[in-house]
Amino acid sequence: MNMRKVTTEAKLLLIGIPVLIWTMLPIYHLLLFAISPKEQAMGGHMWPDHPTLRNFAIVFRQDHHYLNFFWLQMWNSLVIAVAAGLITLMIATGAAFAISRLKVKGGRLAMNLALLTYFIPAAFLAVPMYKTMGVYGILNNQWSLILAMVTIATPYSIWVLKQASDKLPYELDEAARMDGASPLQLFFLVYLPLMTPSLVAVGTYALLLAWNEYLYAFLLLSSERDITLGVALGNFLAADDSPWELLMTTGLLYALPPAAIYYTFKRYMVGGLTAGAVKS
Amino acid sequence: MATLALPDERPAQPTGPAARKGMSPWQRWGLILLAPYALIFVIFVMYPVGYGLWLARHPVSYQKLIDDPVFLRAVFNTLAFLIIAINVKMMVALVLSGFFIVARPWIKWLSLLFILPWAVPSIPTILSIRFMLNPEWGLINSLIFRFTGADGPNWLNDPYLALGIAMLVHIWKSLPFWTLILIAGRLAIPAEHYEAASVDGATGWQKFRFITWPAMRTLYLTCTILSMIFTMGDFNSVYLLTGGGPADLTHVLATLGIRYLRLDEVDMSMAAIVIALPAVLPLMYFMMKRLSK
Repeated sequence: MNMRKVTTEAKLLLIGIPVLIWTMLPIYHLLLFAISPKEQAMGGHMWPDHPTLRNFAIVFRQDHHYLNFFWLQMWNSLVIAVAAGLITLMIATGAAFAISRLKVKGGRLAMNLALLTYFIPAAFLAVPMYKTMGVYGILNNQWSLILAMVTIATPYSIWVLKQASDKLPYELDEAARMDGASPLQLFFLVYLPLMTPSLVAVGTYALLLAWNEYLYAFLLLSSERDITLGVALGNFLAADDSPWELLMTTGLLYALPPAAIYYTFKRYMVGGLTAGAVKS
Repeated sequence: MATLALPDERPAQPTGPAARKGMSPWQRWGLILLAPYALIFVIFVMYPVGYGLWLARHPVSYQKLIDDPVFLRAVFNTLAFLIIAINVKMMVALVLSGFFIVARPWIKWLSLLFILPWAVPSIPTILSIRFMLNPEWGLINSLIFRFTGADGPNWLNDPYLALGIAMLVHIWKSLPFWTLILIAGRLAIPAEHYEAASVDGATGWQKFRFITWPAMRTLYLTCTILSMIFTMGDFNSVYLLTGGGPADLTHVLATLGIRYLRLDEVDMSMAAIVIALPAVLPLMYFMMKRLSK
């Protein structure tokens, strides 16, 4: 019996250790570069002889011509992600409420069109979206990226919120109506409080999507003062003389906020975003 | 994408004054709350899609496309991605979902780390992998040299190796998400089924074969199809790793559009997407049938 238990644990470790190495190696490598002095970064060491925070100091002080706008670009990423998250949340909540609770005419069609949009491969829409933003005259304006991210994030958000709101008992709506509540009172006083966990999930989803986006960001924005940190990292790469250790340090700093946000809202994310999928 | 050019039916406004008078405040508020999404859809989905199809209207674009060896190579690479990378990824996700539901504190901690590739942006981690594979000073070849004394391969300069690594990058990035979904699927199976099977003396394989798989089959298929759709739109795994090189041999459809855009041949970039539609539309149709209930 005890022998069998040992075998089970050994088998679990046999999966767990490769999973750990596979998952963490690229991230560890990022960290390794960030704490290595310039000369040591490229030596293929698993740990630097003299770990240093100098790279972080250089990045924070914007002390390199690739980093002149580091803080501004970090701020751009933040503004765009928060704006896309909030706008997505507002649009998707309204739509889900109208479709699921108010049973608005055409709601089913709207849901289907949203789903259809969700199933367009993201890169397929990128070039037409780029051309369209040109037609609308908002290319190189941060609104173009915010609106593109809202367009991409709303369909799944509406679907997740609709799934969640279909589960709320209809007696609630009826009781509110009997008491003479207006649609808006129902929305603000009954619907929103009950939907809070799903709303957090959807808002976080849209925010992370926008913060992490590269393709649309690099198509729609170009000025050094407008771009997000992700696009700036891509530009870094185009040059031959890039300081790799600073590039990796900046990359690590760019990856930290979404990781922190994910862990903060993890319990909402996992339940909220997978609940709908399992149903099918 | 053609199906997106469906007649736009924003929530239909009732016609005639009588109908308008008869609209309840509930319906009116429903239309008001739905309107912002309808606007987003018309302005940023319908119009771009229509515009894209219009750009791709010339038969000559398709002729040029067929004659372009880069296009044919990209089709081949995309198929390889869809067939190899996705099936490997989903099978690994299925196995790992079984691993992560085992109740151990250290597995719980591992599952927290495991999600990181999915939660953080692509660009820093893919660049990290790219540096790791540098033939002269990268970590991988340094380790190979230290242990074997031989020089490692020039990973990203060989089109097949580079494509293989792009697939691994794709798997690294999206494996956590699909594992999470399959974990949720496994947790939805009632525990009594497994208990009853244990009483009957079923082996682990039998439990999987007769309880887990029948319960998960539909979800697994849905995930595979959805992952195929997403993968066709996966620009980062190839572009940030190889940039389509060496010699434009590792392009996929997702990066090809940007390549033609750069060459100022937007019609080709749209034609490449239109040509892919016969493959994409059935997948989209399948997903619609499945999810729009």
